Amino acid sequence: MSDQGKSHGRHVDEFSGVETTGHEWDGIRELDNPLPRWWQWIFWACVIWSIGYWVVYPAWPLVSTHTKGMFGYSSRGDVAKAIETANAGMAGQLERIRKAPLEQIRTEASLREFALAGGRSAFAVNCTQCHGSGAQGFKGFPNLNDDEWIWGGTVDAIAYTITHGVRNTEDEQARASDMPAFGRDQILTKAQISDVAEYVMALSGSGPGGQPAVRGQAIFAENCAACHGPAGEGSAEFGAPALNNTIWLYGGDKATLVETITNSRRGVMPAWGRHLDAATVKQLAIYVHSLGGGK
Amino acid sequence: MQNMGSMMDSAIDAPDIRDYDVEPVNRKETRPPLYAPRKRIHPRRAYGFFRTFKWWVMAVTLGIYYITPWLRWDRGPGAPDQAVLVDIPGRRFYFFFIEIWPQEFYYIAGLLIMAGLGLFLVTSVVGRAWCGYTCPQTVWTDLFIWVERFVEGDRSARIRLDKEPMSASKAMKRMTKYVAWLAIAMGTGGAWVFYFADAPTLLHDLATLQAPTVAYATVGVLTFTTFTLGGFMREQVCTYMCPWPRIQAAMMDEESLTVTYRADRGEPRRPFEKNADWTRRGDCIDCKACVVVCPQGIDIRDGQQLECITCALCIDACDDVMSKIGRPRGLIDYDSVANDQRRREGKETRLRLLRPRTLFYFALWSLIGLGMLYVLLTRADLDINVIHDRNPLYTTLSDGALRNGYTFKILNKAREQRTLTLHAVGLPGARLKVVGSEDMGDSPDPYFTVKPDRLQSFRLLVTVPPGTLKSDAADLRFVLREINTGQTAAYNSLFRGPGR
Repeated sequence: MSDQGKSHGRHVDEFSGVETTGHEWDGIRELDNPLPRWWQWIFWACVIWSIGYWVVYPAWPLVSTHTKGMFGYSSRGDVAKAIETANAGMAGQLERIRKAPLEQIRTEASLREFALAGGRSAFAVNCTQCHGSGAQGFKGFPNLNDDEWIWGGTVDAIAYTITHGVRNTEDEQARASDMPAFGRDQILTKAQISDVAEYVMALSGSGPGGQPAVRGQAIFAENCAACHGPAGEGSAEFGAPALNNTIWLYGGDKATLVETITNSRRGVMPAWGRHLDAATVKQLAIYVHSLGGGK
Repeated sequence: MQNMGSMMDSAIDAPDIRDYDVEPVNRKETRPPLYAPRKRIHPRRAYGFFRTFKWWVMAVTLGIYYITPWLRWDRGPGAPDQAVLVDIPGRRFYFFFIEIWPQEFYYIAGLLIMAGLGLFLVTSVVGRAWCGYTCPQTVWTDLFIWVERFVEGDRSARIRLDKEPMSASKAMKRMTKYVAWLAIAMGTGGAWVFYFADAPTLLHDLATLQAPTVAYATVGVLTFTTFTLGGFMREQVCTYMCPWPRIQAAMMDEESLTVTYRADRGEPRRPFEKNADWTRRGDCIDCKACVVVCPQGIDIRDGQQLECITCALCIDACDDVMSKIGRPRGLIDYDSVANDQRRREGKETRLRLLRPRTLFYFALWSLIGLGMLYVLLTRADLDINVIHDRNPLYTTLSDGALRNGYTFKILNKAREQRTLTLHAVGLPGARLKVVGSEDMGDSPDPYFTVKPDRLQSFRLLVTVPPGTLKSDAADLRFVLREINTGQTAAYNSLFRGPGR
């Protein structure tokens, strides 16, 4: 059996008669059985296939670029082509939206459906960061689902607000209101501010009323009614919110109201007309108007 | 090499030590290779009842397969007129008068369950009838063997041809056979794709090289598999690849009919003798007619075995021989293990088709079938799905009223436009507004239209007056009604508020 140990210089396993790989680990050797034929065929077929693949498709990374392949294929090019096709498909409708007045887009079914879909996408990209994915708003960022509008809830008013924004420095036509900081600028005393806050709470039905509110009513008539209206009904013309309902931009509790009256509030919004094209702004206006509060 | 043992057991000098007579079956010299090449089977043609029956089954099953896509069924304008069509881009499955949407895939699941249970039922009654008669592998292999026999002759001619050195006539025969096989294989793959597109249009496109790549790829793959599985792999598919032979034993019992050799009658087998005394010997004359016709390459006289697909050709072959030697037919026949036992015990044999097992399978199969039939017959062509907005859950309006938003989807399975109204039940004073409908107003019953054969989505706003909602949520039921016919569909949802 010793003569079976070697064959052509390689070690042959004595029990199986199969050559080993030549490595030995603590007396354990690995048999060098041939690979199954079908497996080997597939392996070589894959190798040959991959050579063809290198030639026609982008394959090898180079220092600052990569081999481009004969087909000139790129997945980024696919995306660009898909976007181009989509844009070409939408071009006709977008042109119609650009030309049509907002009221026509709102009432004509085919335009409206297109504008709602486009507006929803544009809202998700540009507006949700402040107004929330459901347009539900946050403290300082208005809820666009309800029916209170600081700057007006008609589709045209909404379009104007989107185009020019609010209190920004990039657009001279931006919406702007300028409520005095009654406390900081020492127009009213702390006690007076407290009384006005009591009165505002009573207006919206959330405060107890009583003596402070009665005192506050007089101060309100003198300092606030010019913009917010004698009964606190608000005015879109001045950008003065209604105070006689339960909708609050910053909060309707006493502390928040005192803070608002003392220091005023100056929320801002970009002038989207400078960042988006006219058709997108129109679609956004239609979408926001459709959320439920549109007038 | 070491000698591992002597030829005979023998005592050697030392006490209690014996030399054993044993052969190391897996010794290097005698061990068979791990890979055993297939031995080719040349089944001889059988004649008889089962062979004729199998020709008919082949004609009917292949006929159904090839002809079905060409049947037409008028569904009116704008709808495909193919009787059976799986319209993947259009997301519809058409089956004669039935039209199924993807939402109703449970019909297909039900059909598959019925097919499974049907297979169990058939197997428990008559064994592997599926394998022997209707399995595509069996049918196509049978067809391929028929072609082979037509071109190269029957068994002995084929064996002779195999051994012949290559010649012009042998090459011609082989080529003819392969071309015929390839034509059948391509026809098989070709017929498959017609189920997924309008058959006449696709045939034209395939012929003029305008068909989609996936059609050619599918035809190619099925041509390849049919050609190899039917032409070369044949019985190996049943023996090595198919799981069914392993599973079927669980469905069969001792009363199940299966192709059986009656050993009690056949044994002891002995070659045919003229004027033999049949009482002193078995009926089997060991002519191996049963083996020579077997496409699986087994001997049925060895008893039931995994390889047997119960094609029953051995019954035909044996019956033929029995008739010729004047012995009763049925030495190999459909019979059960229980009957074999009964005969041995001298009892009357009997056929027990109605057993708890078969009745159970049949009851289950019928139950699912009836359930499917009921669902199919009462299937509504109008449906509604309502999804409550998640963000925001509710909106408080300036007058204190509450509003909830919903997305509702209407499935109009009819092929006509419909005018519908929506009504909300559960909250008095609720007003509905459908965003994007013709009726843009706020009303208790908004109306709108949906297009034919379409799923349409709408956004719905429901507003209730202040104080209507007593807790943070209330049940709200949406009822959709078609104005002309009064047909309704309903969905139970919720209305949410801030709570108190």
